[in-house]
Amino acid sequence: MNTTVVGKNLRKVDGFKLVTGGAAFTDDVLLPGMLYGKILPSPYAHARIKRIDTSKAKALPGVHAVLTYKDVPRVPHTTAGQAWPEPSPYDTYLLDSKVRFVGDRVAAVAAESRALAEQALRLIDVDYEVLPAVLDMEAAMDAGAPVIHDEPDSTKIFDREHNIAAHIRREIGNVDDGFREADFIFEREYRTQRQQHCMLEPHVTICWLDGDGRLMIRTSTQVPYHCRRQVAMILQIPVSRVRVIKPRIGGGFGGKQEMLLEDICSALALATRRPVKIEYTREEEFYMARSRHPQILRMKMGVKRDGTVVASHLQVLATTGAYGSHASTVQGNTGSKVLPLYRAPHLRFECDVVYTNTPVAGAFRGYGCPQGFFAQESLADEIAYKLGMDPVEFHRKNAIRLGDVDKLSAQLGEGKEGLPRVIRSCGLPECVKRGAAAIDWDRKRQSLPARAGFVKHGVGMSCTMQGSGIAGIDWAASFLKMNEDGSFFLQVGASDVGAGADTVLAQIAAETLGVSLGKIIVTSGDTDFTPFDTGAYASSTTIISGGAVKKAAEKVRAQVLGVAAKMLAVPVENLACAKDEVFTTTKPRKSVSMAEVALQALYQEKLQIMDGASHYNTDSPPPFCATFAEVAVDTQTGRVRVVHLATAVDPGVAINPMQAEGQVEGAVTQGLGFALSEELMLNHTGWPMNPNFLDYKIFSAKDMPKLTTILVETEEPLGPYGAKSVSEVPINGVAPAIANAIFHAVGVRIRKLPIRPEDMLRALYEQQPELKPEEALVTQ
Amino acid sequence: MKTMSLCVTVNGESKQWTIAPGDLLLDVLRREGYFGVKRGCEKGECGACTVLVHGKPVNSCLIFAAQVEGGEILTIEGLAQGDTLDPLQEAFLDHGAVQCGFCTPGMILAAKALLDRQPHPTEEQVREALAGNYCRCTGYRKPVEAVLAAAARRKVPTEVAR
Repeated sequence: MNTTVVGKNLRKVDGFKLVTGGAAFTDDVLLPGMLYGKILPSPYAHARIKRIDTSKAKALPGVHAVLTYKDVPRVPHTTAGQAWPEPSPYDTYLLDSKVRFVGDRVAAVAAESRALAEQALRLIDVDYEVLPAVLDMEAAMDAGAPVIHDEPDSTKIFDREHNIAAHIRREIGNVDDGFREADFIFEREYRTQRQQHCMLEPHVTICWLDGDGRLMIRTSTQVPYHCRRQVAMILQIPVSRVRVIKPRIGGGFGGKQEMLLEDICSALALATRRPVKIEYTREEEFYMARSRHPQILRMKMGVKRDGTVVASHLQVLATTGAYGSHASTVQGNTGSKVLPLYRAPHLRFECDVVYTNTPVAGAFRGYGCPQGFFAQESLADEIAYKLGMDPVEFHRKNAIRLGDVDKLSAQLGEGKEGLPRVIRSCGLPECVKRGAAAIDWDRKRQSLPARAGFVKHGVGMSCTMQGSGIAGIDWAASFLKMNEDGSFFLQVGASDVGAGADTVLAQIAAETLGVSLGKIIVTSGDTDFTPFDTGAYASSTTIISGGAVKKAAEKVRAQVLGVAAKMLAVPVENLACAKDEVFTTTKPRKSVSMAEVALQALYQEKLQIMDGASHYNTDSPPPFCATFAEVAVDTQTGRVRVVHLATAVDPGVAINPMQAEGQVEGAVTQGLGFALSEELMLNHTGWPMNPNFLDYKIFSAKDMPKLTTILVETEEPLGPYGAKSVSEVPINGVAPAIANAIFHAVGVRIRKLPIRPEDMLRALYEQQPELKPEEALVTQ
Repeated sequence: MKTMSLCVTVNGESKQWTIAPGDLLLDVLRREGYFGVKRGCEKGECGACTVLVHGKPVNSCLIFAAQVEGGEILTIEGLAQGDTLDPLQEAFLDHGAVQCGFCTPGMILAAKALLDRQPHPTEEQVREALAGNYCRCTGYRKPVEAVLAAAARRKVPTEVAR
């Protein structure tokens, strides 16, 4: 494609302020008279508040408000930042007389300083009736298990008596028939853990009332519009009285697709009539924010002798923690985006999402797919091994391809019937080819396991996909207007959370208008000044918000050409724009600069060149990814070191390849943590045991393997300039590629994440007693 | 509350501030408007609050402001000369090493401390120098590349290194 701005490695439009420390983020303001808000977390996993006395806290000088459930409206809602009507259960309250996990809200205070706020929390006197708690998801549905949501006013809970927040069963074809057709049937169980987002900027919200008494919410969110609607509903004030401002965001990864602090911070601001800030500490972030849904997955696949998959059946038990945020939708994705990777005619997905008295799960990059692909791609590797096939060949034979129709997506939409997915672009075969070449697959598959010594090397691979926006639900609007100097204001509701959306959207506008990137000034994510957008999630921004920007820019370009046609006295159809000017495409060549057009329009034609557009898609084109890992397993210590991770991704056309690569590398790094080190652990009373970066280990610059990033560009007809999405799909395949590489290295299958040294060592003992270190020492 | 006076040089400017003895350097700097100093964990684990004290990277959440009395502090705000960016800042932009930008100030300052003492570092040395600065967005490849590129761009004579 012949483009001048799209497809170029241009600097971030907001980069200057980020590298110079300019005030950019939510907390980078000092409002006069600002109070510090703090939430009293429950010390019990499950309890009823019998009596709560706030008089001592209120009497403390400098304390301006203490709120309990007695002081606020009781409106059942979900904190999930989803399009209305949200498919998540309405099972959450601003404050409640019952607490359902360690860290649940008991009360909130606003005081002159953080120290005073903390002191006030200690002065709140609470009598709890401690209730039996259920922490283990496998016990949650048992008869006699404590009912976590026994309140009558919650709605949309699938089966509250058995703690089932959501239940899904979908089938394509007939799986039982499929298994009868199969020559071999494989069935295994996999387990994944509670992973936390660990965005460097913890959740932070500042609320105040402006001169007109409207509620201003400056907050670290991925979903300003959903947040505005939810806060208005919870506090029972009109939407028109609320403004949500999204400044720069210090990472979200799904954790900020959630209305998390905005409601309580607003309540404190309304109670005190003062600006109030609530900022999670890192420790609070670990257990009072959100995490990835832990799952137990039972995967069954039937194959023909030649390796053709005929039927897949995935059964999932997942826990959403104490509240059902994203319960049905994350788990729905575990089926709908994972199973269709193979062209089997018979697919069945069954899932129970249960409540437990544990921290709340939510949206997290991959949105259910990292769990599902860990199971499916691990089992695929096992099947290929048993059949004597190269896993690469197994994927070549079975993977979805151009022109295929994924019917499971039609059954598993966002909380309702979805739309069938047609594959209009597919770079997966090329991803596999180039990823394999990068890791030297053919040679290493043959040579590596033979290596002697305690440290064994192996290579493994996986194939994965995702979506690009939620078909028929995600939509966005944008608005453009022209200035005297030929620049344009671009207003988008889209939320750049750090992934570079402002830059990509500006590139799309600049390309369409024929101007340089510097001529686009972006305002994003302010509900007073930018048009609607469902938000930054589901890999939607480039394709959906980008589609809206392209449409608006095309309309504005038509207006520009209209004015220029008059100035040059030529028909509009003989004009084009590029390089900041409008020129004739016929001889003789005549041109006017964009600035001249703008001046003519504003001061002669009395015309503001401006327009807006809305956009949605009825399909969600999947980006594809092939992940190849080389690992070194120390059979004495159990340490698994990833030596090389090669990731080949088909993102459609990369609007900014450098940024797209960055998305891939960030995703795989979180995938490395998911595979090898990250788990928020709870003790037997539901207390978090490692809510800090010393005990919860994310990868540092020193821990990283060699990364190879390959973009395999295809042209997606539904995307602006052929773009699909990139930021989620690469996280999905890391854990299975590593687990498969481990098997290649030491012949041991690991089916539970994360694979810490102790887990690896245990597996080595259990599955290959001959590799016990002391014995190995003798033979060495 | 007891207060005391603190005299420091921040980004080349002399400052005299009234602080409480227990105030952390992080809190004082942010209170005074140096928002480039980020609050990521307050436990010295993430490195987002890194500033240079006498040229050495320090987690400003781990020391009392009073401890830097008379000291010379560099925050990210003091690195560029007006609109002229430091080669590290340029390289971070050119190499796509900035995503959300929250860890960026700390990472650039940690890299500056490295390049000031080791103008031609190896990749290993860069990774060691950045090991105290967590980034959840980039996977570190582009920041490491940026530091190596900045080292080349700074063109410091090798004699200075010795």
